[in-house]
Amino acid sequence: MQPTIKHEPGAARDPALNTNTMTHGVDLRAIRTPDAISSGPAECLRVENLSLYYGETRALHDIQLVIPERRVTAFIGPSGCGKSTLLRCFNRMNELIQGVRIEGSIKLRGENIYDPTVNVANLRRRVGMVFQKPNPFPKSIYENVAYGLRIQGIKNRRVLDRAVEGALRDAALWDEVRDRIHESALGLSGGQQQRLVIARAIAIEPEVLLLDEPASALDPISTLKIEELVYELKQNYTIVIVTHNMQQAARVSDYTAFMYMGELIEFGETKHLFTTPKQKRTEDYITGRYG
Amino acid sequence: MVLSRTHHISHQFDKELEDIRSKVLAMGGLVEELLSQLLEALSKTDIELAEQVAASDYKVNDMEVDIDGECTAILLRRQPAASDLRLVLAVSKIITDLERVGDEVKKVARVVTNIVASGSPRSYYVGVLGMGYHVRRMLRAALDAFARMDTQAALEVSQEDQEVDKELEAVMRQLITYMMEDPRSIRGVLDAVLAARAFERIGDHADNICENAIFLVEGKDVRHVALEDLKQQLQQGR
Repeated sequence: MQPTIKHEPGAARDPALNTNTMTHGVDLRAIRTPDAISSGPAECLRVENLSLYYGETRALHDIQLVIPERRVTAFIGPSGCGKSTLLRCFNRMNELIQGVRIEGSIKLRGENIYDPTVNVANLRRRVGMVFQKPNPFPKSIYENVAYGLRIQGIKNRRVLDRAVEGALRDAALWDEVRDRIHESALGLSGGQQQRLVIARAIAIEPEVLLLDEPASALDPISTLKIEELVYELKQNYTIVIVTHNMQQAARVSDYTAFMYMGELIEFGETKHLFTTPKQKRTEDYITGRYG
Repeated sequence: MVLSRTHHISHQFDKELEDIRSKVLAMGGLVEELLSQLLEALSKTDIELAEQVAASDYKVNDMEVDIDGECTAILLRRQPAASDLRLVLAVSKIITDLERVGDEVKKVARVVTNIVASGSPRSYYVGVLGMGYHVRRMLRAALDAFARMDTQAALEVSQEDQEVDKELEAVMRQLITYMMEDPRSIRGVLDAVLAARAFERIGDHADNICENAIFLVEGKDVRHVALEDLKQQLQQGR
């Protein structure tokens, strides 16, 4: 599926050639600015004029962004560029930090998540999050995954069993833990713990999954498993991933946003952003140059 | 399109990229030199020189293998992106084209030996030689366009490829006439046909080199795009 393609007069007549002219045929701003997704993947999250301040410091500058449904969108950029801050805006995690002020809006399927009437616990059920370091609860594997469901008041053992197995299967962990599901989650390896945390997040069937450097504390094999998992999960979830590893962004994401000093510099299809970036700052960052 | 001139954080990476760039140009220079020698051998029916040219083809092949190895190493070590990636890809394709130009040169060098052996008149080769000089100019211009990252110049070379195609047609018409006039000429004329086709292929390879130069600079894949559309695209890119 392609985002909005503008057929410019004089562009190659053969439709097959439009793949060649895609970088130029696709108006990348079409994705950045509102009212532009008319075809292609549906919109899931829409960020409009979002600015965020930590006290006096402005950490995000007037971000405009549309995150497509059931696709993987990666945020890349140097440390301190605001990518994790932006990610945390999607489930209002920043509110837990003192002195944070937010302007603008983020809409989840058209609904402003910063509206005062929004129930934040409810929002976080719809927008799940996984952090850099795996953080399983000091409980059994089973109880970790069942936790969110129990909070929702589900007590039926059969329902819980099925949900736990389903989430563990979706997180590609079931085969490894099926025989010790009632043992402590802390006995799992780092990579397994991270997949367990993902299973816990998807057990309550969120709409969006936020991954904040989910593989940066893992070894290469576990990293590949997480990446494979991301690929599987996007069939059912909209995924936003923050990563320091550009190759990882290139591998797992459909769209990539490059951020720098709190600004969204460039946003576009991953394959275009990594081969033919439009902005010099993007080019310099992804090729490892200093400006 | 953005082409960054700033240095990489890794100076070693800068050196590696510069290295493949200059090696491609050196390889291009060698192929061009062999083509020049071939044209001289053909115009003077100099068998010795022709044999020398044919025997030098291995140098071109060695360079291709060497540069290709470096491209692989860069892909493996650096996982290049954006213009760096495009440079490695362009280089890797250009050396394939250059190697094939080398093969065509070798092919024609063998023909020179036949010409002398069969005693074909020079008149068979006048048009063919003209094509040879033309594609040599194209090859040089294509390599220049790549070296200077000059898409305008690359576009001009691409345009010339059509001229070469027309020349081939004219040369063929002439050669067919010779064959119809005197069936005994067929053997000799067929050699001329082979040479003409080889030169036409060299023109195509020069065109490919230009397409890769445009890909490197503009990030646009312009293979199989009609010339008029190409011009328009490049203008829009500005």
